[in-house]
Formats: sequence, structure tokens, C-alpha cells
Amino acid sequence: MSNTLMELRNVDKFFGSTKALRDVSMAVQPGKILCLLGDNGAGKSTLIKVLSGYHQPTRGKIWFEGQETRFSGPREARQRGIATVHQNVGSIPLMSVGRNFFLGAEPVRGRWPFHSIDTQKANAIAVEQMQKFGLTRVTDGDQLVGTMSGGERQVLAIGRAMYFGAKMLILDEPTSALGVKEASIVLKMMRIARRNGAGIVFITHNARHAMSVGDDFCVLIQGEVAARFKRDEKSREDVLNLMAGGEDMTELEDDLEQID
Amino acid sequence: MTHLLRRPETGAFAAFLLTYLFFALATPGTGFVSLNGTAGWLNLAAELGIVAIPVGLLMISGEFDLSIGSTVGAASMILALGTNQFGAPTWPMIGLALLAGAVIGLANGLAVVKTKLPSFIVTLATNFIVIGATMGLSRLIANVTSSSIFASDSAKLAFASRLGQANISILWWALVAYIGYRVLAKSSFGNWIYATGGNEDAARAAGVPVERVKIMLFVATGVCAALVGILQGIQWNSGNATYGMGYVFQAPIVVVIGGVLLTGGYGSVVGIVFGTALFGVISSGIFYTGWNTDWIQLFLGLLLAVAVLANNYVRRLALTAR
Repeated sequence: MSNTLMELRNVDKFFGSTKALRDVSMAVQPGKILCLLGDNGAGKSTLIKVLSGYHQPTRGKIWFEGQETRFSGPREARQRGIATVHQNVGSIPLMSVGRNFFLGAEPVRGRWPFHSIDTQKANAIAVEQMQKFGLTRVTDGDQLVGTMSGGERQVLAIGRAMYFGAKMLILDEPTSALGVKEASIVLKMMRIARRNGAGIVFITHNARHAMSVGDDFCVLIQGEVAARFKRDEKSREDVLNLMAGGEDMTELEDDLEQID
Repeated sequence: MTHLLRRPETGAFAAFLLTYLFFALATPGTGFVSLNGTAGWLNLAAELGIVAIPVGLLMISGEFDLSIGSTVGAASMILALGTNQFGAPTWPMIGLALLAGAVIGLANGLAVVKTKLPSFIVTLATNFIVIGATMGLSRLIANVTSSSIFASDSAKLAFASRLGQANISILWWALVAYIGYRVLAKSSFGNWIYATGGNEDAARAAGVPVERVKIMLFVATGVCAALVGILQGIQWNSGNATYGMGYVFQAPIVVVIGGVLLTGGYGSVVGIVFGTALFGVISSGIFYTGWNTDWIQLFLGLLLAVAVLANNYVRRLALTAR
């Protein structure tokens, strides 16, 4: 565990008397995908905010790159290489691929006041990066992002974070609003990002998606880590049951099938 | 072809061309297409154009400014009271008038950003506050609400020169349009303007200082409105608190005709320039036809309605996968 990217040790997060997280410990490894599973209200959002520096833990410690760390805010976390990609937020539909990709870090040429955004460079790099992550359909950096599918937009956001030097990616439900084919584009991209050495935290409530790419798994129930296991240690049914808090989901699914 | 249709300024350019041809053909031999006739509609467009450009950028960033009218009047009154009542030299008073515009813009920007209230209502309030303050203070100081301006020769040269029938305002318009174009289409700041209006949360997440973007655009709008007040004041040799009230709605109208989306995030300076030129052509062309000028309002209203529908269509076209 010497090269652990980020580690939480016995982290609690309370809001007044509400205990959002209790005694959460987990480790993010570079080049690995850690799946964070949990039903709605299990504390996933709070945990994301702790990981991305938005919240400080009430108790417990965060270690980042071998140092005990207390992020002053999301900006510091971002500067240290922690990128968060949210489900919906992240791209601007009426702007081009190139302009979206470099938003906030536009490459310029020429001298003030006659400088201008190097659109050619921005477009070329953006398209190159997206192709690298398996999006061959996007070939024109001037294309408006609004014309791309939901999956392609996620790829743009993730590719952007990787290009700007993210070491750790926090992906908040990147596949849940997508169709099967779209979701597979994003899952493929996550594999490529992993191969490039990023540590990935994949938040989802879709056990199938998690099982298809995850290396390590962490199931959260009511703010506590209910289970922790590695790839191939548990079946999809076990995972579903764990997420539902021990109720037998397979039985419920059987019931539902009988109604049909 | 569809590529051209997707551009925000295409509609405004087509409308401008059609309207221009219509008046050119409907008024043969009246001089509408002559050099003087052209100077006429450019004069009518120029001062509106100077405020329409920053208002347009502001609308692309997702905000409104209805306080421009009173800022124009306030700037002209500062110049009038300064040069007339206090006998102050012209240029420092011009500086003061521009500064007042910047302060009004800054107040608008801070109020909108801090309260998160709709800028439509915040700047409507500012409009009444500023015109009320201008009138009240003018009465207190000189017991007038309009007053003569005594401008120096150099100031007259810069703000009131004429070449034939053409006002120097046209040059100021061209300058403001050029700066607006550079900023919006070429600079990083322009990218941030689009992003702020297109998806504020995403822009913020990407590190765009959305609050600063908005405040700076409000300040630019205030300064440009003050510039118009100075131009009008020196050209007409008088200041008046009610100058510029027409711009309050004319500016957003020509901006929308120019292809800027009411919801923000889309538009161009070239489009806004054609939208403003269209306004000039209609206002001036009506005279040449000999029709009653009351029809201008009707014409503008119809154009606005068509423009809003067309913009919506262009937006959908832009977002369809190719």
C-alpha cells in the first residue's frame, strides 16, 4: 500500500446531530477503479464532497500521496490533482468541443490586446484527446457539444480532467442517466484512464456497471461501510443484496417477474 | 448552407439586407441610398449601437441591464452642470461622467451577484434610482433638470465632429464594435462570457470567475452608456436627465434581432451590429417613404417577434447532430 493515492482513515462527518458518515475507511490506488456502491441516501454524496475537498471530516484523517492532508476547499483539491466529474454538470451545450475542452485554460497566441484564443490548437488537442479515449465519431473541434450524446459529453469531461493532469478522478454517477450503448462508451473510457495510471473513484448504484470495470468495491449503507471486497470475490446478486441493506433483492426481482 | 444557418448573425444579416432593399426599391430617387441617406441611417444606429454591444455581451452572459437609459441622462447632466454651473474644464468632467457610468455599472453588478436576484428587476430599480437622483440633485444644485453644455473645442472635435452628414458617433460605434468583437470572439474572457450564460455551474466548476465576468460586463455597459450621454450632450450642447430613455428597450430589442438568445450563451457582435443597423434603416427609411413614423414601432415589434422565433429555431438547428 506504499503508493496509495488517497486514503481515508476512520472518517466521520456530522451535520449537527445527523451522522452522514461514520467510521469510513477506504483507499484509492493509482491505476485502479474503486467502486463506491450505495442506494440513495447512503452517504455517497457526502463522501464525494469529503474526497473532493468540499467538506472537511468531523473526525478521522485523510492521507493524500503519503501525506496527512486537510484540504482548504475544492480549489486546493483540484490543484493537487483531484478532479470531480458530475453527472450533469460539466459541459456547455452551445459551445464548441474545443472551447469547452479548454474552458478556463484557453491557449492564446499573440500579444495583449491583440491576443486571441488559438482555436486551431484547442480544437486539434481536444479532438486528439477524445480520439485517444475511444471517441472516433468526434472529428471536428468546432462541433457544438450540444450535438453530442450524454456518453460523449462524459468522455469529454473525463478526457479534459485527464489532460489537465488529474491524478484522481471522482466520477459521480457517470453512467446512470445513459442508455446501454452510451454507458459502455464511458466504461471503456474509464478503463483507458485506468491504464494511464489514474486512480478512479466510480460512484454508482448500478451493480452491473460496477462489476464490469471495478477492481475494489466498497458498499455504503446509512453512512457506514457495510462491505469491502475485491473483484471476483462476490457475485452480482450478493452485491445487489448488500446495497439493499441485506434484503433479498433476487427474491424481490422474482416477485416482480411473477406480476408480469 | 446549414453551416451558415447555424451562425447567430445570419438571420440579422438577411433581415437587414431585405429591409434595406425594400426601402431602396420603395423610395426611388429620394436619396435613401445616397451618401447622405446612408449617413442618416448610420447616425440613427450609431449611438444605440454603442450601448447595444455591451448590453448584448451582458445578455450572452445571461444578464439584463435596463439602467442604461438613466445612465445616459446622468452622464449628460454631469457634463452640463460641471461645465455650466461650476465652470469646470471639459475633459475632467468627461472623465467624471465616464466614472459615474462605471460606478452605476459596478453597483448593478455587485447587487446582481450578491443578491442573486434577477438582473431584470435590479437594473429596473437602478434605472429609476439614477434618473430620480439625477433630477433631484440637478434641482438642488441648479434648480433645473436640463442645462447647457460648454464643451472645449478639442472635446467637440472628439465627440461632435461631422463629415458631411455623418456624425463622429459612427466611428465610436465602430470602435466599440471592434473591441466587443475582439473580446467576445477572440479572447479567453469571451469564452468565459459564453460559458457563464451557457451553463453557470459548469463554468464555475471549470474555474471561470463568473461573478467577475458579470460585474465587468455591467461596468462596461455603464461606461458605454455614459459615452453615449457625452456624445449626445456635446452634439446637442445640452444635458438632460431624460436623455436615453428610449434605449432601455431599444437596446435589448436590437440585440435579440441580432441573434442573441434571451436565455444567454449564444450570439455574436456581428449579429448585434446588423440588428442595430436594421433599426437605423427602418427608422430612417420610413421618412423617405413619406409614411407616418408611427409605423416604426409596429415594424420593430413584428421584427422582434419574428427574431425571437427565428433564434429559437437556429438554436435547435445548432444543437441537432449532423
